Amino acid sequence: MAFKLSEEFKTKAEKLCAKYPRRDAALIPLLHELQKEAGYVAEEGMDALALFLELPYSRVKAVATFYTMFNREPAGKYHLQVCRNISCHMAGAEGLLERLRAALGIAEGETTKDGLFTLSAVECLGACGSAPVMQVNDDYFENLTGEKLDVILEELKHGKYPSQK
Amino acid sequence: MENILLKNNVAGIEAYFADGGYKPLKKALGLKPADIIEEVKKSNLRGRGGAGFPAGLKWSFIPKDAQGPRYLVCNADEGEPGTFKDRELLRKNPHALIEGMAIAAYAIGAGHGYIYIRGEFAAEAELLEKAVAAARAKGFIGKNILGSGFNFEIFTHRGAGAYICGEETALLESLEGYKGQPRLKPPFPAIKGLFGCPTVINNVETLAAVPAIIEKGGDWYAALGSGKSAGTKLFCVSGPVNKPGVYELPLGVTFLDLLEKSCGGMKTGKKLKAVLPGGSSTPVLTAEEALAVKLDYESLAAAGSMLGSGAVIVIDESQCMVKLLQVLARFYHHESCGQCTPCREGCGWIDKLLSRFEEGRAEKKDIDTLYSVAEGMLGRTICPLADAMAMPVMSFVKKFRAEFEAHAAGKTCAEAK
Repeated sequence: MAFKLSEEFKTKAEKLCAKYPRRDAALIPLLHELQKEAGYVAEEGMDALALFLELPYSRVKAVATFYTMFNREPAGKYHLQVCRNISCHMAGAEGLLERLRAALGIAEGETTKDGLFTLSAVECLGACGSAPVMQVNDDYFENLTGEKLDVILEELKHGKYPSQK
Repeated sequence: MENILLKNNVAGIEAYFADGGYKPLKKALGLKPADIIEEVKKSNLRGRGGAGFPAGLKWSFIPKDAQGPRYLVCNADEGEPGTFKDRELLRKNPHALIEGMAIAAYAIGAGHGYIYIRGEFAAEAELLEKAVAAARAKGFIGKNILGSGFNFEIFTHRGAGAYICGEETALLESLEGYKGQPRLKPPFPAIKGLFGCPTVINNVETLAAVPAIIEKGGDWYAALGSGKSAGTKLFCVSGPVNKPGVYELPLGVTFLDLLEKSCGGMKTGKKLKAVLPGGSSTPVLTAEEALAVKLDYESLAAAGSMLGSGAVIVIDESQCMVKLLQVLARFYHHESCGQCTPCREGCGWIDKLLSRFEEGRAEKKDIDTLYSVAEGMLGRTICPLADAMAMPVMSFVKKFRAEFEAHAAGKTCAEAK
């Protein structure tokens, strides 16, 4: 069955398009919206978006694949994104990644079988003064240590969203 | 000295207003746009995103007789590794940015402004939208602002994870819904920018300084700081210091004062080895060079580096410089947009060469190859991303050659540093 954009999505999309003199400028905000609904940007979603904005599919796909925040496959419920750039590296980011790989039994770019966690190593998140830093979905967790990381993982596993500190 | 930008307890509009906020906007709307541009020129305010271009001069490039829309764009794509000042500013003082944008828009005749904020700053984007809505409700943004007849609307626009979009023409491409690939200049954005219209793009910190300049005058601002480096700057310090964070200090402060007085010195047991004074793209300074340098545009240029975004990355003796450079090379390789050959191929080549050092496969001649690849990238591309890779490579190799040689002789990071 062909993928259809929901009416709710279309209403929101029209509002976003109205921010710009050209509708296609809303492409990136709309890709964010697609991802918010499904957890990733699916091929069919991009196709529907191309039709909605009257753009060639190639333009939508080119943009979706250029920007790293768009997941091309379903991500876990919690997307753990560990910064590995210079300040976080010096503060022990590699150790955190190692800990997560061991605790979750997955490598970067993979999702646990239960669909709970996706692990990624990402570049500078712009919070270097409180390195090392990890994002869980859109939220920042800063000044991390191995112990803090264990607590966050345990809480997430038990359906409790940890406080950001 | 009292802070101009980083103030406490002014995040809400009522508190900001009680602190004298939005009075400069009222004052500005009673002035001629050309007079505002003159005042900003007089202040010597320079771009705080990294390039340091004079803000008033940039505004004056908008053609006076240009027909059709003009745009003001705020660059909040904070992505230069080591930089986290705009995030702090947006959280603590969002109305200084909004007011600064309204004044700048009036000066250049723009009816619409966009704040391009990096995608990861979802919380800050939400906070900004609320602040803009609060300013609109009070009549500081929107139609007929404070009865002046001037209309100005602000929209926030989230990016989606691409370092290159901090480059102003890549940012414009991204804002128009394309891949973030920098444009050839000329034409410059002041002539042909967003949606083909005259556009000014300024960093968050630059725009947030404008209300104070209008309130107290260009001469007052120009007298702060040191010589041609006027005003205060947000320095963001990361690395093994006791109190990393964002500090607002007059330009020309010494690195030593920033380290010792603001940051409480190095952490116990950590000895200063090197400093990237303006973000990961700026040439590295040795500890000796850093301890003798003042942090302003001219002093850092004289020391062979740059003020950049004010991101001071402190490196201690326990770090291997080859490993750190590899971390940076992986980043630039990943972030190159791919349109210029020297950058696309050069960043990849450097990344591969450094992996060879780290994995114990390098030979001594690879050190010179590394340097010559970087040299071949400098100044040969549309945007400065290639330079941003080349400058750390060349300075790391020049100043810490012994560590590269040790790696080439089969030593590990622990033995090489």
